Amino acid sequence: MDLRSLTIATVRQGLLARTFSAVELTREALRFAEAENSSTNAYLRFSPERALHTAARVDERIARGEDPGPLAGVPVAVKDVILTEGVRTTCGSRLLADYIPPYDATAITRLEQAGGVILGKTNCDEFAMGSSNENSAFGPVRNPLDPHRVPGGSSGGSAAALAQGTASLALGSDTGGSVRQPASFCGVVGVTPTYGRVSRYGLTAFASSLDHIGPMARTVRDAAILLGVIAGRDPLDATSAEAPVPDYTKALDGNVNGLKLGLPREYLKDLTSETGDLISAGVETLRRLGCEVRDISLPATGYAVACYYIIATAEASSNLARYDGVRYTFRSRASGTLSGMYRNTRGEGFGAECKRRIMLGTYVLSKGYYDAYYLKAQKVRALIARDFARAFTEVDAIVAPVSPFPAFKLGEKVDDPLQMYLSDIYTITGDLAGIPCMSVPCGKTAAGLPVGLQILARHFDEPNMFRLADAFERAGPIN
Amino acid sequence: MKLTEQEVRYVAGLANLSLTDAEVHKFQADLDEILGHIDRLNEIDTAGVEPMAQVLYPAADTATWRDDREVPPLGTGTALANAPQPGAGYFKVPKVIER
Repeated sequence: MDLRSLTIATVRQGLLARTFSAVELTREALRFAEAENSSTNAYLRFSPERALHTAARVDERIARGEDPGPLAGVPVAVKDVILTEGVRTTCGSRLLADYIPPYDATAITRLEQAGGVILGKTNCDEFAMGSSNENSAFGPVRNPLDPHRVPGGSSGGSAAALAQGTASLALGSDTGGSVRQPASFCGVVGVTPTYGRVSRYGLTAFASSLDHIGPMARTVRDAAILLGVIAGRDPLDATSAEAPVPDYTKALDGNVNGLKLGLPREYLKDLTSETGDLISAGVETLRRLGCEVRDISLPATGYAVACYYIIATAEASSNLARYDGVRYTFRSRASGTLSGMYRNTRGEGFGAECKRRIMLGTYVLSKGYYDAYYLKAQKVRALIARDFARAFTEVDAIVAPVSPFPAFKLGEKVDDPLQMYLSDIYTITGDLAGIPCMSVPCGKTAAGLPVGLQILARHFDEPNMFRLADAFERAGPIN
Repeated sequence: MKLTEQEVRYVAGLANLSLTDAEVHKFQADLDEILGHIDRLNEIDTAGVEPMAQVLYPAADTATWRDDREVPPLGTGTALANAPQPGAGYFKVPKVIER
């Protein structure tokens, strides 16, 4: 059994044929992941007790002749911004270094009920703010395909664990591309579902009008199955949608003949030549499969980064106000007065990127600037959403790059925050519009660095998004 | 510079964030550059556009009614378990009012 290539289906076969038990597989997966972790720093910690407990429950169900659940025994990595009861959850921040959540996120509850085995918590940019995983208080993650390069961010640990083979499924979170961009950089599948499709109860809030929990996997089918498990209405999250959850695997029929795809010209301007060539080849593949590809325009795209970094930081400055030294583990020693406790706790606890975003968000919301920045950005957001709505009257889905370039070197962009923000250009639009979008592997550069193809679809049209991604995956790698 | 050092210190005060002098200067330069990029929003005409505060799709999909049913709360002990300084069933903080 090669742990690196396990899928939901192969684990299920092995369990039902009694080739191995869930407990045996979990022990082996934990041993492998712990041994491999030092080369990437993908996991911040493992949760063996919890993993073995879930695995034992799966084995009991099988012994009783019951269905062990759609994720039975599958090793899962969970980004450390998603709460796990009794298992330390740090959000990659010094502020929460000792925080032990008193409850589980709804996605965690559903994942374990389906038999998924959580091996541990994965590294990420602090409070999910970053595009390289270099903003973690617990050290950067290295890309398993090239240890001198970043895995992308902010769900860098989850993507790296999948690429390294130390997990078969993962959960990430996406506010501006934090699932899709690391999936693209590490050559795995990453899905940002429709806003409201997956409950955010227990996801540490960054920017509430943009935050998503997203499934990550090595195959489109596995990502689709995982989304089916975690999606659906949750009374504990008022923004979770009532819409029924379809069986996404039914869409994986390989038939994309006649689907109309839009290729937005604004997304092809600033690509490196290798990324551009791979995306062109990917589009050719879809055409060969019978899709009708046409040029489209999403004219507000050039304003998306500016719009996003107002809205996301404004919401973050509000959401992160709760880390004040009163409730969440860390309090500065220099806390002689109440206001001093607030200021010093936050000054010592937050890393540079969080402080920068809190400052920007506070500034754009401050007296005299609110209308010029925040209100203006909300109007531009409406125009970005309108661009997509108009495009979707003509096409069934949109294809685009995920990132202008493949994984960059550690330290390469860390001193230039604006350049780092601008690299999110192709992913933040989907979050602003709230539409489902995903990254699917689209070949590798000459240096062996993966490039992802992005597929974006109408609200709640995950089935067509998965149908395209699955057909694309089956067509085989691009050389 | 769009942003003075004094403004940076004022915003840090609003955000309850103690910053070193080095951080003040770094953020002044960073925010200045980012706000320079953000200025491009002035190019786009948004007259008559409704601001989008939340992702919108048909109301049937976002109905937020739920049954008004009691559920057990976390309980004081659990809620206080992560507090840096719990005491007598409360979160303790430094003295707020001097006698």
